[in-house]
Amino acid sequence: MSKSLKMIIEALLYAAEKPLSAKEIHIVLPDANVSEIKGTLEVLRQEYESLERSFILKEVASGYQFRSRSEYAPYIMKMLQKSPSRLSRAAMETLAIIAYKQPILRHEIERFRGVDVGGILRTLLEKGLIKIMGRKDLPGRPLIYGTSKRFLEVFDLKSISDLPRLKEIKAFGADEHMPLFQLEEDSPGLGQGEARPIDDETRPLHTQAPEEALEEAIIEGNRPAED
Amino acid sequence: MAHPEENEIIERKHPPDPTDYEVKLEIFQGPMELLLHLIRKNEVDIFDIPIATITDQYLAYLDLMKILNINVAGDFLVMASTLLHIKSRLLIPGSDEEGDGEDPREELTRPLLEYLRLKEAAGELLDRELLDRDVFAHQLSADFKRQLEGEDSFLEVNLFQLLDAFRTMVEQRLPGTPLILAAEQYSLEEKTAYILESLKTRGVIYFQELFAEDRTISEFIITFLAILELAHSGLLRIFQNDPEKDIQLEALFEDSGDSRHV
Repeated sequence: MSKSLKMIIEALLYAAEKPLSAKEIHIVLPDANVSEIKGTLEVLRQEYESLERSFILKEVASGYQFRSRSEYAPYIMKMLQKSPSRLSRAAMETLAIIAYKQPILRHEIERFRGVDVGGILRTLLEKGLIKIMGRKDLPGRPLIYGTSKRFLEVFDLKSISDLPRLKEIKAFGADEHMPLFQLEEDSPGLGQGEARPIDDETRPLHTQAPEEALEEAIIEGNRPAED
Repeated sequence: MAHPEENEIIERKHPPDPTDYEVKLEIFQGPMELLLHLIRKNEVDIFDIPIATITDQYLAYLDLMKILNINVAGDFLVMASTLLHIKSRLLIPGSDEEGDGEDPREELTRPLLEYLRLKEAAGELLDRELLDRDVFAHQLSADFKRQLEGEDSFLEVNLFQLLDAFRTMVEQRLPGTPLILAAEQYSLEEKTAYILESLKTRGVIYFQELFAEDRTISEFIITFLAILELAHSGLLRIFQNDPEKDIQLEALFEDSGDSRHV
């Protein structure tokens, strides 16, 4: 019985277009309880991992999905004869603000970035990476934005609480250690390749507002998984 | 998986040259970016910003943008006033009634640091194993499929680019005061039908072509509104093959001879 359950779940995962959650599988298999399904999914995941195939069963966006391993991306890209267009830096920053500060209003996003984000919000909505969570009870009833389940799928996150923590900025400008900005730096004067090793662990982790904001998002029943 | 953004590549191609503004202005997406650029350029510490210097340079950039006829967004002006306000508070010792001994520059540093943290977070997100870039599922996403079906890697044109193209064209074609001929006035519906008909027969059309027969500013505007209307209804797509090339419009409906309702 347990073996056939495993096989059925495997077949469902194989045929699914989206990551499948234990709850969704439970709808197909009402006789199996959710925790039994969860356990089986985990067994399958480990089996595929140990098989060392070119694809794995990935836990993502509150579900499981077969995905190729990243080292085969160049071949797949070549077969598809295309590389996907990337989000612009502005769009990516806006997306990060929404991800970390959701639920968030447009003017709040604009306060973080200092510029209008109307066009970018539209692009992100079209790409399905963000969604409108409702309207705020304020004059003008402004729209509330948050990230979608699709965002979790694309960015390889199990849930929104799986987001990497925001890091404290210790130096910028005169005494930069930040790799991100050394990349941007066009510094012939510094060009002696003294790229300092960056030790993430030495940077204190941040513990405040964002987590609260995220909790709020979940409390409001907008769990991204339940799209 | 590094993600050097195009803008930064442009910046690197052009070594720091205080007069090389044309290129650099492109990359400032807003007042925060401009401020960070000035902090980095002056090699000053973000925790100890020399407000007078940075304010002067910031305002000089704004002047330049005006001279170059770049539309200075209100956001830039808001930041300018914040800078001037901080500068004045620093100039008058002991007059700091608003704060409780807090450094007035905090008002600037705090949002800048928050912005930097979010920028870094954005970079980290891009370093993850992204779907349809690093890893692939059975089904390609609808978004990616659409890209694959495209014949070329198009840049979608945003409203501002379209407005710019429109403004430039009107200025070229109708220099000075628009002369108003007693030409027949098209209605928006007629113009929409005309554009649809042209798209149906040709598939892809250059933006400028659609204005070929327009003579008055109101005709230009009606044509422009018709294009926006069709784009809004999802009947056409507006794109460029290259930022330097002319904007093109493409029909997104099947040419089956049926009269589509708009």
